[in-house]
Amino acid sequence: MATDTSTQDDSAGVEIPPIVGKLLSNRRILIGLAILLPIVLVAILGETIAPYDPTATHVVDRYAGPGGKFLLGTDHLGRDLLSRVILGGRTSLLLGFGATALALVLGVPIGLTAGYAKGRVDEVLMRIMDIIMSVPTLLLGLLILVVLPSSIINVVLAIGVVYAPRIARVTRSATLSVSEEEYVMAAKARGESSPYILFREILPNVTGPIVVEGSVRVGYAIMIGTSLSFLGLGAGPPNPDWGFMISVAREHIYQTPWFLIWPSLALLLTVMATNLIGDGLRDVLDPRETGDHQ
Amino acid sequence: MNYLYLVKRTAIAFLSIVVVASVVFGVTTLLPGSAANIVLGTEATEQTIQQVNKDLGLNRPLHVQYVDFVGGVFTGDFGESLISGQPVSELIWPRLLRTLQLATVAMLISIVTAIPLGIIAAAKRNTILDHVVTSGSYIGLSIPSFVSATLLLMFLTSPPLELFPKGGYVPISQGVIPWLHHLLLPAIAMNTIILAYVLRQTRSSMVETLESDYIRTARLKGVAERNVLFKHGLRNGLLPTVTVLALNFGWMMGSVVIIEQIFAFPGMGELIVQAIENRNLTVIQAGILVPTIAFILANFAADIVYTMLDPRISLGDQ
Repeated sequence: MATDTSTQDDSAGVEIPPIVGKLLSNRRILIGLAILLPIVLVAILGETIAPYDPTATHVVDRYAGPGGKFLLGTDHLGRDLLSRVILGGRTSLLLGFGATALALVLGVPIGLTAGYAKGRVDEVLMRIMDIIMSVPTLLLGLLILVVLPSSIINVVLAIGVVYAPRIARVTRSATLSVSEEEYVMAAKARGESSPYILFREILPNVTGPIVVEGSVRVGYAIMIGTSLSFLGLGAGPPNPDWGFMISVAREHIYQTPWFLIWPSLALLLTVMATNLIGDGLRDVLDPRETGDHQ
Repeated sequence: MNYLYLVKRTAIAFLSIVVVASVVFGVTTLLPGSAANIVLGTEATEQTIQQVNKDLGLNRPLHVQYVDFVGGVFTGDFGESLISGQPVSELIWPRLLRTLQLATVAMLISIVTAIPLGIIAAAKRNTILDHVVTSGSYIGLSIPSFVSATLLLMFLTSPPLELFPKGGYVPISQGVIPWLHHLLLPAIAMNTIILAYVLRQTRSSMVETLESDYIRTARLKGVAERNVLFKHGLRNGLLPTVTVLALNFGWMMGSVVIIEQIFAFPGMGELIVQAIENRNLTVIQAGILVPTIAFILANFAADIVYTMLDPRISLGDQ
């Protein structure tokens, strides 16, 4: 009981600075951020730094190579590839981060509830999560998008639903151990409501594994999102993302390989950066997960 | 062998299939007008919707449709293709077999390449070799299969380096070499992520095993390094890798949708994409259910094999 006040301070998240320092001294996180931040920045700035209107066609300059008037060349309609990669990135990143955010919003409360309630509730919730996870991710995404009209929002929805069970599972197992801690018992004894205990006492103490899982999911979400776009079920023509660009570029590889190479490279770098950050976060926040690095 | 566990695990597998079938049924039939909308797309009018509902038997009471659908799933009856009128199971069966061949070859490739590489990286930890293998695995892990497939297709199937056919499938009855020649490139493309994943898993569990006390003891006893690595290390280091391989079967069943499309491989994945384009509802339902059921059964089999190997495993705790 004596620890009660101090853990309350913890849950207010005061002790952030030392963790930030620790995170920034991790090599993987640093490399990941060095790749990801410029990509995010460019995607946010979008139109303001794109040299051309991404939809403007320059018929005379179709299939132009890199260099010259168009830094990265042009596509089959003579549109500037640099501008298109910049704006395509906006959609791809939005898919990745939006879907992960949704998965967290759906998965964390389920995991907290299951881990804290235990018994029947836990069993039922986790079985449902297992069953959702037994549908291969891309197929579940396809199923949702076959029924819903394809738009960015629906792609985010589909991927969010696909990844929520994984977040729930990680949250649950972290909650299971935390819910036996003294401060949780104390809160219970004080007569705090269950939502208070879940979100104010337990959640701040299970953020490590959740952040790690969430950061790993961003990369996968971008991959699934672009894969769905590649199949023509994602964000369509008005806001083409990298997946859609690559699927169009495939038909023109013999005229200009650059059309294919640039969005592929952007996609590869983005996913690699999120993977590096995810691994780095795991090293720092959840070290028992890897056999390596202590 | 614990019979209670066996019964419980069987019940769970059975229940999973029922629930997944119900969800697919629910999503594609219960949503207002959705089945008809899937079939008709944007050109749906009140009249055509009614006609389609009648053709699909959607004007029957819901519980009749439901029992009919879920029962059909267990007897392998998925109805008839809305386009050709052929039974869906006849359409799916040969394609499922081809896709399984592709998945098996892909799985074998990742076993014979990723596991040895992972072991070598773990044994030569923090050397240049380890760094090269580890960074390579990062790139592999970050390439979506549609990108690796497109790049492989671009570089390895046309004139300067025309090593592989552009796609298609040749049955094994026409010779193992042409069969494998057609399967190899899609299998590799499908595999980049899994390969990298298995490699990292093998490496990290081997690193952990090699640092354990009994390995240290074996070394102190003077057991030859090769024997330490392959006899003592491998046996324990590989268990987590086997789990990863089983789980990746589900990932493969998803990525075949993309790979088969790119390599014009006549399997399940290509069928699903075709069905979505044609709005062929019954084939879409089966196309999503069959790989999912295969995955549920694969996990079921893996769990049973595990209990036989390790009788301590019980259901409930993770």
